[in-house]
Order: sequence, then C-alpha cells, then structure tokens
Amino acid sequence: MSDITSLTLTELVKNIKDKKISSEDTTKAFIERGEKSRDLNTYITEDFANALEKAKNFDQKPNFDLKLPGVPMAVKDLFCTNGVKTTAGSKILNNFIPSYESTVTQNIWNEGAILLGKLNCDEFAMGSSNETSFFGNVQSPIDKDLVPGGSSGGSASALAANLTPITIGTDTGGSIRQPASFTGTVGLKPTYGSCSRYGIVAFASSLDQAGPMSKNVKDCALLQEIISTYDEKDSTSIDFKRNKYSKELTNNIKGKKIGIPKEYRVDGMPKKIEDLWAKGIDHAKDCGAEIFEISLPHTNYALPAYYIVAPAEASSNLARYDGVKYGFRSKGKNLIDMYEKTRSEGFGDEVQRRIMIGTYVLSSGYYDAYYLKAQKVRKLIKNDFNEAYKKVDAILTPSTPSAAFKIGAKTNDPVSMYLNDIFTVPVNLAGLPAISIPAGVDAEGYPLGLQIIGKAFDEQNILNIAYAMEEKIEFKNKITDWWIK
Amino acid sequence: MTIDLKTIKHISKLSRISVDDEKAKKLAGDLNSIFEFIEKLNKLNTKNIEPLTSVVETTLKLRTDEVKSKNIRNQILKNSPEENEDFFVVPRVVE
Repeated sequence: MSDITSLTLTELVKNIKDKKISSEDTTKAFIERGEKSRDLNTYITEDFANALEKAKNFDQKPNFDLKLPGVPMAVKDLFCTNGVKTTAGSKILNNFIPSYESTVTQNIWNEGAILLGKLNCDEFAMGSSNETSFFGNVQSPIDKDLVPGGSSGGSASALAANLTPITIGTDTGGSIRQPASFTGTVGLKPTYGSCSRYGIVAFASSLDQAGPMSKNVKDCALLQEIISTYDEKDSTSIDFKRNKYSKELTNNIKGKKIGIPKEYRVDGMPKKIEDLWAKGIDHAKDCGAEIFEISLPHTNYALPAYYIVAPAEASSNLARYDGVKYGFRSKGKNLIDMYEKTRSEGFGDEVQRRIMIGTYVLSSGYYDAYYLKAQKVRKLIKNDFNEAYKKVDAILTPSTPSAAFKIGAKTNDPVSMYLNDIFTVPVNLAGLPAISIPAGVDAEGYPLGLQIIGKAFDEQNILNIAYAMEEKIEFKNKITDWWIK
Repeated sequence: MTIDLKTIKHISKLSRISVDDEKAKKLAGDLNSIFEFIEKLNKLNTKNIEPLTSVVETTLKLRTDEVKSKNIRNQILKNSPEENEDFFVVPRVVE
C-alpha cells in the first residue's frame, strides 16, 4: 500500500474498516509527517500525545459502523475545542481554553474522528493570505514563500501537504474556496444555515459558514454529510431536509443547465484563467451539461458592499474582547485605559483596521449612507442570483482572479489584497453554496480552481457537477516535499 | 470624502482601541484608500430597494426558556485573566 498520509479520506476509511491499517498506525503516520513539516507553520497547537492515546483506545474498542472510524484530523483554530487552546490566530485569545465544543467539531468526533491539532489561520479569519496570524504566516507546500491563501490557510496547507487526510475551514468571503484554489484542493462553502455556527469564533455572523476541505469531491461530500446538522444552539441554523451527500453522489449531470456569468470576465484577468474557464465549460459540456450565458449585473458592487457589511458585523462581534472575562489583558490606569490598551495590543493591524471601518460605518450619522446602502446592494445581488436560477441549475466561474502570490507581495496594499475575493464574496452575500475544485495550473505551475455556485440548499447538485468535472479534469497536485530536510 | 486624524481619533475612542499619532496617520491612509473603493457604491441607485435582512427567509424558531448548562461557574472563571475564585476582577472603578 502507498504511504498512509497520501491516501484520500475515502481510501483511508476503507483500509481502516478492512482492518488493513489501525487507527494508531494512521495517527502515528500523520504525527510523524506533521513533526517533519513544522517549517510550513500549519499548526498553532499540536495535540499529538492525546491523539495517539485516543487512537489506541479506538483500536481496543473499534466501531467500524462510524463514518470516520479512528481517522485523525486537524481543524482550523477558529473552532472551539473543549480543553484544547483555541486562538483564532490572535494574541488576544492566546491563552483561551474553551470549556465547550463547537457543534461542527462535535459532529466529527461523534463519527469516530480524532483531533490532531489546531491549524493556523488569519487573525479572526480576516485575510486572504494567512499573513495576519499572530502565529506567523503559513508556507504553501506548492512552493517556498508562496501564500496558501486565507483565511483557512493552515487548513489548506496541511491538507495539500498530507498532514491531515481532510479538514474543515470557515468561509466569510472566500476563506475556504480561495485557499483551496491556491493549493490544488477541494473546498465547499455550504448554504448559510447548513452548518451550525455554535462554538465558532465569530467574524461576520450573517456571512460565516463552516465547510469541508478535502483532496477530492467524494471526501468533501462525506464530510459535508457529517458536519451539516440542524442545531438549536444556533438561531440561524436551518431545519431543512439534508441529503446523504456521499451516498447520493453521482457523475450523471446530463441535462443540467450551467450558467456562465459574463460579469466575471474582469479586466486584466490572466489568459491562463480565461483558458481554464473555457476548458471547464468544455468539460461540463462533455459531461452532458447545457451551457447558458447569464448576467449577474451587480457583481461589481459585491466587494465594496462586503467591505461594509463584514467589518460592521466584526466590530460588533469583537466588542466582547475587552480583557475582562477571558483572553489577553493589558495593564491600564483605569478600566477604560485597560480596555483600550488590551485591544490595541491584543489585536493585529488588519483586525484593528476592520474594527475601525466597522465602527465608522455604524457610527451616528453614517449608518444610512453605508450599512443600509450595503444591505440594499446585497438585496440586488441576491436578486441577480434569483433571476439567474430561473434559467439555470448552477453557475460556473473561476475561483480566484489569479493564482497564489508570494508572501509579502500584497501586505502593504489592503485593497489589492481584498480583490482576491472578487469571485467568492457574492456567494456569501447571497448565502449560497459554492465549491472550488482544482482545474489546472498557471504559467508558474501554481494551482488554479473553478467555482461552481448552486441554489440555496442545493449542495448535492454542485457536488455532483464537481464530481463529474473532476473526472474529466484529472488534476494531480505536484508536491515535492521541499520543506522536509 | 477623506477621513482626517480627528475622525480616526474619534473612531478609536468609539472602538476602545488606543491609537497614537503615528498609528493614526497610517490608519487614515489605509482607511481613505478602502473608503475610496467602498464609495463605488454611490454610483448605484438603490432608491425603492428594500434592504436585505436575512439571506434565508425563515421565521425564527421558538424554544422554551430553560437552563441547560448547570454548574459551569468554575469552567467560566477558569479563563479569567486575573485569578479570583468568585468574580471577574477589573481595575477599580469606584473611588
């Protein structure tokens, strides 16, 4: 058998169920590779000793009826894990140990999986390159000094580098799909309300969604099936009939109508991405899908609207970090001074910037001009999608306007960093599901992704389209293990 | 529109983040370029458009108001930045 760490989740589960490998051997393999890969800086907290203990316990009393029997996995450090430090990539939570578990991670452990550790991410998930983390930037396994994308950069990097067989991230404006695209992996942002937000460190509550990141579409469907549950602890969780995504997965997409939005042909888009998109359209046709040109006229306004809504909600959500009940505290002359110093020293530059934007747009006299305006634009964007879905079943676009860039290339220009999310943000504003699948490489050989956007609650459909296209694309990630000495 | 240093100081006070002059200058530069980008929205006429209140139109579920987590006081106090068995401790507020 090939190396354990290079197996897909589906293969791994099968091998464990067939008793060809034990949970302990599997866990050991991922731990050893993790230890050799510390230069990637993917982990904020390793929980290796506990993981090994849990794996041994699983092997003593195995339950092969579970969907993830004794499978070790690492998760983004935005999910609260009971008894294991949860930082959200921030100094302000550097000493925070939750006394409860997020619903999404609990669902995963309930199926027999074992926590390997917590993965690096942009501070409070605010970033597109994993360079805003208090714990340092993450290296992409694709190439030295290349960003893995963000905010789920540690998750994407760990997955592509075979440090975890599958993982979860969170996506507020593209934080699952963009890093997946940059690292040649699959990432799904589910419909808003599909996965519980309970126990996930909040960034922008009306946009945040957790979702799976995987090596292929089948693994993605399996994890989505596990993490998507109705949860009364999240008042925006939606009680809809969920599919058995992995069981119902099919590559038969004959007659599916796929829309190509003309507004996504942006100025200055690299030729490689245009070609990739055109090839993707051909693949979809080969699978029997019908292609339609569509229009999403307000696409251009999505990013500016996002940079009002997301910071506004963040400024409100992050008001809780005041140094009183948990987290970092700085000494102050009095209570107010303590608050101000704690937040000034505890938050990094990008987070402070966004809190400031958010505070400003919500401040007296400006609410109508900014926040209300943005919510109206959001309505127009949602209406665009509603119109399009009268004609088509799904929409195909590139995942990002460029491939991954070098560390430091965009840190001094916030707006150029924000432009990374131009194709992913509209989906969050409209609450829709979308999946990014690897589809090719740019001139440098860096991976590029295609995005398939679905109707609300129609995850099964976009998973099926992705599954069918994946077979045609036959993408293989080239990872050389350059970081292992 | 330009955001001046006075405005930055005002926002920093509202957001309880202390900002010295050097940082205020940098923030003013960043925020101005971000707002220049955001103000593209002004080109769009949104008269008579209802603002979006929720991406999925569902009614909120009701549940009975009952305590589900019991005896978790110690767990909650455990993460307190200053140690005390019974309370969260803050700098003196009453002279």
